[in-house]
Amino acid sequence: MMPSCREASRLLSDRLDRPLRFGERLGLHLHLAVCRACSRAEKQFDFLRKAMSELGKHR
Amino acid sequence: MPTRKADSAELEQHRGHLLKFAMLQVRDRAAAEDLVQDTFAAAVAALERFEGRASLRTWLTRILLNKIADHLRASGRHVSIDAHAAEDETDGVEAFFQANGRHVETPQAWDNPEAALSQSRFFGVLERCVEGLSQTAARVFLLRELMGFSVEEICKELCISESNCFVLLHRSRIRLRACLEKKWFT
Repeated sequence: MMPSCREASRLLSDRLDRPLRFGERLGLHLHLAVCRACSRAEKQFDFLRKAMSELGKHR
Repeated sequence: MPTRKADSAELEQHRGHLLKFAMLQVRDRAAAEDLVQDTFAAAVAALERFEGRASLRTWLTRILLNKIADHLRASGRHVSIDAHAAEDETDGVEAFFQANGRHVETPQAWDNPEAALSQSRFFGVLERCVEGLSQTAARVFLLRELMGFSVEEICKELCISESNCFVLLHRSRIRLRACLEKKWFT
């Protein structure tokens, strides 16, 4: 079954910390294909990680 | 074996990250600098006990966490992380989603986010957003994203469950995403 935005959001976060199971990957993929808002959140979570990795270099 | 002198230089490479972590946890620059200084002193004294099983940064961060806990306890701000985590039954993202699971406020497109990374003012905003998280959520998030801990290392260090850790990381990311959108990308 297709995950909701709330569930998709959790998967977008979890996949930064653990490998997703096959079913989770599939559900997330299907959701992102039809949801522009979550596709934005996906990029923004990735950006947040990048920004945090730069933060330590700023005194 | 590397010499003691090389080890000290190696320790120095982590000062920036340790200082940032301490500042975001105790929210007082002078106190944070003292805590990092104490951490380095303790680390130099205990260097031969560093076994290289964890990374040097992880090892230094563990020492710093103890110093921060002592500091917060002394200033009466200590919150037991177990007690805090235990009372948290929900995932804390209700405010962001409707009952049917859809976004309350739809995430907006961000215009050229990469450009923000070259502006020091952006990092000030990011820090204010991190300071808006709860102490526990901020600690878990910073250990993961600033100090490079694995989820397993975080759980072990803070005595919280993996599921609790994933919940706190998701909550932090949701809140930080919304905070950055509001404070920077509009």
